[in-house]
Amino acid sequence: MRIELNQQELLSLYETMVLIRRSEERLSRLFGDGEVPGFLHLSIGKEAVPVGICAALQAGDSVASTHRGHGHALAKGVDLRGFFAEILGREEGLCRGRGGSIHVADLRVGMLGANGIVGGGLPLALGSALAHQVRRSGGVAVAFFGDGAMSEGVLHECLNLAALWKLPLLFACENNGWSEFSPLMRQFAAQLCALGNAFGIPAVQVDGSDVEAVRAAANAMIASARGGAGPQILECRTFRWHGHYEGDPQKYRDAGDLADARSRDSLLVSSARLEAMGVTTERIRTLERAVEARIEAAVAAARLGRAPDYAAAAADVYTRAAGGTHG
Amino acid sequence: MAETRYGMAINRALADAMQADSSVILFGEDIAAAGGPFAVTRGLQAKFGPERVRDTPISEATIAGAAVGAALGGLKPVVEIMFMDFITLAMDALVNQAAKAHFMFGGQCSVPMVVRTPHGGGLNAGPQHSQCLEAWLAHVPGLKVVVPSNPTDAYALLRAAIEDPDPVVFVENKALYSTKGELADVPQPVAIGRASIARSGSDATIVVYGASVAAALNAAAALAAEGIAAEVIDLRSIQPWDERAVLASVAKTRRLIVAHEAVTAFGVGAEIAARVSELAFVELAAPVLRVGADFMPVPFARALEREYLPGAADITAAVRRCLDWKANARIKP
Ligand SMILES: Cc1ncc(C[n+]2csc(CCOP(=O)(O)OP(=O)(O)O)c2C)c(N)n1
Ligand SMILES: [Mg+2]
Repeated sequence: MRIELNQQELLSLYETMVLIRRSEERLSRLFGDGEVPGFLHLSIGKEAVPVGICAALQAGDSVASTHRGHGHALAKGVDLRGFFAEILGREEGLCRGRGGSIHVADLRVGMLGANGIVGGGLPLALGSALAHQVRRSGGVAVAFFGDGAMSEGVLHECLNLAALWKLPLLFACENNGWSEFSPLMRQFAAQLCALGNAFGIPAVQVDGSDVEAVRAAANAMIASARGGAGPQILECRTFRWHGHYEGDPQKYRDAGDLADARSRDSLLVSSARLEAMGVTTERIRTLERAVEARIEAAVAAARLGRAPDYAAAAADVYTRAAGGTHG
Repeated sequence: MAETRYGMAINRALADAMQADSSVILFGEDIAAAGGPFAVTRGLQAKFGPERVRDTPISEATIAGAAVGAALGGLKPVVEIMFMDFITLAMDALVNQAAKAHFMFGGQCSVPMVVRTPHGGGLNAGPQHSQCLEAWLAHVPGLKVVVPSNPTDAYALLRAAIEDPDPVVFVENKALYSTKGELADVPQPVAIGRASIARSGSDATIVVYGASVAAALNAAAALAAEGIAAEVIDLRSIQPWDERAVLASVAKTRRLIVAHEAVTAFGVGAEIAARVSELAFVELAAPVLRVGADFMPVPFARALEREYLPGAADITAAVRRCLDWKANARIKP
């Protein structure tokens, strides 16, 4: 199901993958230096999934993300400075320093938020798809979720309801074979595609390291969902290069598994394709340097950002604080 | 002006809100074709069509979570959780998603959704179909919780809840569905967070909400026969609650009793008692007393449930104890 992307299209996907990779490498260093508060879950190794899928989306479409959501946010087009400022806990952050890495959201671009609850984004995406359907917006919603969320009851509820209501919803599974410290085979007795079959939902497995393959599969499925064919399942086989969280010693993981994961590099897959198309190494390096410069500028701006305002946070518990006592 | 049952007032509020705003949609278990387990949504699917009034499978987590997503997507969903006991299955969507989105995303968005759900005993429905769990929800920053006691307020508060930009849990008491009251042709709006004085009095203040309002009014009538004038305040909304109205009444009566059907321990009454003690310690002539259910699951058998449910007699006794306080003002273990 490979559709040919032209050079310019593939370069653009490659650029977004580099943006995610370099942003997270930068975050990893910032975390090591103690500049990032809290938990940090990096998605290095799975950049092709959000990039391939979001490239198939349109401006009004929506995505609900996970705890490993930096790639979804950047691929959906959130503001880079607001992104770094949020993760560093600054007032200028997308969420004014109230959410951090696990809650990055930008409703302006249809990014409904990373989510601290495994499976928490699934019914949100379903509701968003319902809104698209009822409002005839022509939009599609994407629920990104990890293989770990397959064991949550809410996934099964959502598959059922989305199928019953023929919602314009893409279930996008990022199957990296691990949920925290446990391998998939100890977590899940079924197969996602077989579940799709049980609910009458078309399901496809794809190599999540190949952005062109992801993009092609997503294109077809999103077009079907948009056209009224109901929900679709795209299971992307992917890899987790880093620990579950930054600082995770990964004692539960043997060296072979890690080496396996790193042997598939979505950036190398795509840069090789670009070179085969005749794009020079120099052009690719120039693009990478430009991305790195944007990231450095965003980091520098975030570092100069203000501390979040406590009174403003306290005033934002409700949209409309009513005329009574809340607490 | 027409006499209307509590359940039908809710039905009319839903219909009027749907008529006024095409972004209002309803979904829940058995609410559409069958008209709801308590007939509250009867006729709405016929009137507004299957796209806006939907039956869902038995999937509470997804009902509530989808309401959050739909609200973020520009709709105003009003969903039903068939019994408040089942809200346990919807808690992630309510507590971690709906309640936090506005705050956690830096004020970018609102979550204008309503969860309607019935609480309360009296039907011998047993431990898993009778609970009053509103205190759980009132404890969560970001949620609003209203509990109307009569058809007029049920109509007005539901309209206010649907129009509100924040997530609101609208708690109905099962025992109230068939009770009657007057509903104006053009009902007056009621703001969330405003109490009403259900009966005026100067000797003691009884703060109640939901079905306990009727019990408090019965208690006040019995006390009046003894020459005791109790004031009954119907909170209507417990998150937020009308602290000003309660303090104004306590300034007059210097005695406060808070009563509810929910378990006393760690409840709404505990919060109000603590708050009033902090703010009006010197005005109080006696400690704030609480009336609520004993600390046990709601029992099934008629005799057990009757004994378990707090009623007018418990409120009357508490008012008397409060008024007699000096006589027995000793801390008993
Ligand atoms: C409801 C819930 N349970 C448990 C956790 C703790 N937790 C966070 S991430 C995670 C593993 C998730 O694995 P997966 O969905 O495969 O995503 P991955 O981390 O592999 O990207 C767990 C168990 C949580 N955040 N939420
Ligand atoms: Mg995983």
